[in-house]
Amino acid sequence: MKGMTVIVKKVTQIMCGITFLYGIYIIVHGHLTPGGGFAGGTIIAGSFMLLILAFGSEFLKLKKEETGSSITESSGILVFIIIAALGMVIGGTGVFFVNFLPKGEIGKLISAGVIPLYNIAVGMEVAAALVTIFLALLIYRDEVLK
Amino acid sequence: MDSFIPLFVVVPLGGAFLTALVGSFVKGWGRYFTSILLAFLAGFSGWLMFSMPGPIVYSVGGWELFEKVPIGIHMVVDGLTVYLLIIINLIGFLSAFYSIAYIKKFTAENNYYTLFFLMVAGMNGVVISGDLFNIYVFLEIAAIASYALVAFGIEKEELEASFKYQVLGGASSLFILLSIGFLYWKTSTLNIADVSRIILRGGKDEIVIFAQVILLAGFGLKAAMIPFHAWLPDAHSSAPSPISSMLSGVLIKAIGAYVIIRLFFNMFEITYKVSLVITVIGTLSMVVGVLLAIGQWDIKRLLAYHSISQMGYVVLGVGIGMLVISQGGKTSVASLAIAGGLFHLFNHAVFKGLLFLNAGAVEYRTGTRNMKKLGGLAPHMPVTASTSLFASMSISGIPPFNGFFSKLIIIIAAVQARYLVLSILAVFVSIITLASFLKVQRFTFFNKSSDEWVEKGVREVPFPMCFSMIFLAVLCVVLSLLIVPSVRELILTPAVDVLIKAGSYSAAVLGY
Amino acid sequence: MIVYILTIFLFLVGLYGVLSKRNLIKIVIGLAIMEYSVNLFLILVGYVRGGTAPIIDADRQGELFVDPLPQAMVLTAIVIGLATTALLLAIAIRIYKKYGTFDIREIKNLKG
Repeated sequence: MKGMTVIVKKVTQIMCGITFLYGIYIIVHGHLTPGGGFAGGTIIAGSFMLLILAFGSEFLKLKKEETGSSITESSGILVFIIIAALGMVIGGTGVFFVNFLPKGEIGKLISAGVIPLYNIAVGMEVAAALVTIFLALLIYRDEVLK
Repeated sequence: MDSFIPLFVVVPLGGAFLTALVGSFVKGWGRYFTSILLAFLAGFSGWLMFSMPGPIVYSVGGWELFEKVPIGIHMVVDGLTVYLLIIINLIGFLSAFYSIAYIKKFTAENNYYTLFFLMVAGMNGVVISGDLFNIYVFLEIAAIASYALVAFGIEKEELEASFKYQVLGGASSLFILLSIGFLYWKTSTLNIADVSRIILRGGKDEIVIFAQVILLAGFGLKAAMIPFHAWLPDAHSSAPSPISSMLSGVLIKAIGAYVIIRLFFNMFEITYKVSLVITVIGTLSMVVGVLLAIGQWDIKRLLAYHSISQMGYVVLGVGIGMLVISQGGKTSVASLAIAGGLFHLFNHAVFKGLLFLNAGAVEYRTGTRNMKKLGGLAPHMPVTASTSLFASMSISGIPPFNGFFSKLIIIIAAVQARYLVLSILAVFVSIITLASFLKVQRFTFFNKSSDEWVEKGVREVPFPMCFSMIFLAVLCVVLSLLIVPSVRELILTPAVDVLIKAGSYSAAVLGY
Repeated sequence: MIVYILTIFLFLVGLYGVLSKRNLIKIVIGLAIMEYSVNLFLILVGYVRGGTAPIIDADRQGELFVDPLPQAMVLTAIVIGLATTALLLAIAIRIYKKYGTFDIREIKNLKG
């Protein structure tokens, strides 16, 4: 698909990096401020979509991107399930989904046990899933509808 | 053994995404991996049924009750749950084994197995969850996976059927979420046992009656009851055949009939008006389903209409049980009716799954589903013809197959509860079912053979498909053993007892 | 009380869209409006008069908070709605390729 005009390209070059960092901030501070995995993942996906829409891309490069994002999505969920199942082995009571890392004080960045790790896994997965859906619809339009 | 309950949800979920990850590198990974994992789950649920001492309550994350109020998510496995778990995992394993040979002709094979695992994970999650909102989340996982599976081979009819199914299914899921919102407003909790205690203390309340009606509309659409059946003939006939047998055999039971039974017996109070509505819906489904099925010439569409009718039998049995309990009648009559309904649930999963697998085998070799063009296949495809004969005799209610015994129990219970009109209707519907399946057998397998079958080289289907069909046909005969009292005490009576005794579910979960 | 009635009214507006529009995309939009209204209803159920956002900081513990459980429910429901809408649109675009139109009066191959 074709890209857009010069103004859109220049503004996107500045904004997409800031958007990506903002998304990472929302994911990592998910246990202190509103947001968390899903909201941050959507923002990161937004930054990727902005890049593709503004600069355009050819068909073969899009296919390679889609394989990459599909693999990231599956690994995100597998990391989540492995951390949840580790609770059965490591934690004191041996139950599924238990919070087994030390909990720290309220308000610090490294606290609340396993929850920041869950947030990162969910954020990775949601961003990859949204980019995969977007690329799939774009590839269908370029390849079939013409 | 208690701590392995979450495996029923974790193993299919992990398997789904492992298949998606590894399947893009290794070509044939999905086929054998799916059958192995589902065989493990079926064996585990069978072992659980024979060695379970009582209801198992598992609190996820270790959150125990705080001053007698449940604050965490609970997973509850009791007699009814393990009965459904065996049905889901066994039919899932047999359909996955059948798809080893059937799905080879599609190119996106690994996506099929990912979606299949997600559907099984969702159904397992619905039956073991002890929490209202968890039921909604797992129901949506199973439903969205099934929307994508119906549209799998991307032909014109499949896409249209999938779109219709999605719009209706999506609207009914929103009705269910709305009713969960109303129940949360009244009771401020989501745990099923806690909600039942609060409703019992509360007395008559219009908002709870409104929530019951909306819940019945939402789950009635998932269970394909009569005013809400419009999606079923298109969706079940356009899907690939192993998915048709999963949808018609397990999905409408696990996310439709099971949730209605669990919520209306263990959560709400049984009143006369609601039981009357459920019985009327069941009777209408039974009669209208079979009358619409007679004139069909497409095999799978005919089988889909018969699914509506047989699910009507299940809801009729359960409804008669509810009516007897709400009027204070004899408990023995009510437990007989509910036992008949639950037995028919298992039987329908087995023989309807077998019938859809047979239709798939016929389509795999001859390429058509229209009965006017088929005929005389019995000498060319002996295994398919004989298993189809077993299944047709089961569904029509001919002894010694399993369908006869379950329909007999429902009719005897209707007569003992003094509802003679319902028993006459049940016998009438069974006779029309017999006529319909005589037509199927004659036009597909036993008419004059035509020469085009010899030209096309129509032979028997490959080994994986034969294995699943023979296993299910043997199960059709073995299941009639559930009538024998010692076997019935082990399998069917725990499932019925959980529903009949009014406070036993909440006492088991909350512990007081 | 009037807020709850307005939310149910929005649900009925979405239902009207699903039932009576002829274009496939308008049916999808109607379903999305129904979903937004149910999410809104769930959050409104959890409101406590005079409460603030339910986040515990180091210096703010023990005030009056609104109910956090409906907020967790609505987060999950939004994700489910996203998956439903994405799948509906993917099927709609393929129907356009096969049938050539978005009008549901033309897409009637399965009957009877």
